Amino acid sequence: MTTTLTSDRPPLRALITKIGLDGHDRGSRIVAAYLRDAGMEVIYTPPWQEISSVVALAMQEDVDLIGVSSLATDHLIIPDLMTALIEQNLQHVAVFVGGIIPDQERPLLESAGVKAIFGPGSQKEDIVACAQRLAQESQDAKFGALSGVAV
Amino acid sequence: MNHKTDLLDGLIDRLRAGDTAALARAISLVDGNQQIGQVLHRRLRRDTGAANVIGITGPPGVGKSTLINSLLTKLRDRGDRVAVIAVDPSSPISGGAVLGDRTRMGHHTDDDGVFIRSISARGHLGGLSTSILQIVDLVDAAGWPIVILETVGAGQSETEIAEIADINVVLNAPGLGDDVQAIKAGILEIADVLVVNKADMPLAEATERQLKSMLKLRSFDQQQVPVLKTIANSTKGIDELLSATQEVAQQKFRDDKAQRRLFRSRRQVAQAAAEAQRRQILYREDPQLTQLIQQVAEGQIGVTEAVEQILTGNEGAKGSV
Repeated sequence: MTTTLTSDRPPLRALITKIGLDGHDRGSRIVAAYLRDAGMEVIYTPPWQEISSVVALAMQEDVDLIGVSSLATDHLIIPDLMTALIEQNLQHVAVFVGGIIPDQERPLLESAGVKAIFGPGSQKEDIVACAQRLAQESQDAKFGALSGVAV
Repeated sequence: MNHKTDLLDGLIDRLRAGDTAALARAISLVDGNQQIGQVLHRRLRRDTGAANVIGITGPPGVGKSTLINSLLTKLRDRGDRVAVIAVDPSSPISGGAVLGDRTRMGHHTDDDGVFIRSISARGHLGGLSTSILQIVDLVDAAGWPIVILETVGAGQSETEIAEIADINVVLNAPGLGDDVQAIKAGILEIADVLVVNKADMPLAEATERQLKSMLKLRSFDQQQVPVLKTIANSTKGIDELLSATQEVAQQKFRDDKAQRRLFRSRRQVAQAAAEAQRRQILYREDPQLTQLIQQVAEGQIGVTEAVEQILTGNEGAKGSV
């Protein structure tokens, strides 16, 4: 399950962040630590990020996955984040969401392209497995396009 | 020629033209140890040598990221474009890492004139990562005139940054140790500029005195290292620090690109050679090598002698005498 130091595969890179005005960052910190323990390189930001900053960060850090935590209705601007990512040609970056997302608002996120949503009571193993799968798909696409070019 | 070659050519063209996404991807290819990363790096080599690389090192919590944030603000006010490469430690157990340096540079995320990339040390000792030299070259080739390189929190012996950065800034915090610490060999010796950060704290003057008296004990040509005081979360001392780094760069390279390329290339070859040899010796199944190691284990030859034999390709040639 974990990537070790001797692995030839490059570590998966994830951005764990919070957009909007909600400052409850315990969840995002815990998920950042989970992913670190699973061998991923995690770019962690404090809460209150602007969408434009998240996009710039995802581009500069060339991440495979973005995790957005929302506990106080900030998930409603996640579709704007998805649009901004597409505008900057970052549609290959997978996005997953954790926190308090009312059932009736899940389709809003899913139709915007969010790959997975984790609510209260989610298990560590499920979150980690999902993050690794999504990030791996994204990384395969990233490196696959250029692998095997003649030297 | 084929589709993939076109992709690589396209990536290189975009990187040279200053495209951020292309630079970010190129760094991933090199840092991810992809073969294509090596091709990319070689093809961009002649585009390198223009950037001033400023290394910032010092113990954990001394204020490296915060100081870099202030440097960014000042350099941006002057209209200079700046790239930052921040190295954070990785877990020795899982290989994973939380890269948090840039949280202290958050104000600059949205600015087109600033590029920040977080790199994990991947278990490499010395405060940096193995691919760091090549990553610096890529950022240089992409046209960033100033590259700030932040090491992991370094203790006393993480002097490797001296082999990578053009200008080495070593940060100290007030009250960390006495004057015996200051005369020890190690990280203080590689400094081109010494900084006492958190200069508003009570013991700042004492630390400054210790550093200055340490310098007086050195040979004359090594005494000329400036000792500056900064308060990283204000602007105090930042102008002075920038002037000091510019002076050092002038003295060292006189803006000679070829000189810089030579300097970095030699270090890259040395580092890659060391790594290749290390892997060979650790993992190669070879009867001659095994025999040689056996001789070391039995005390028949010394370690230095064994290394000499390996480097000259004579392993096993000399039997036990």
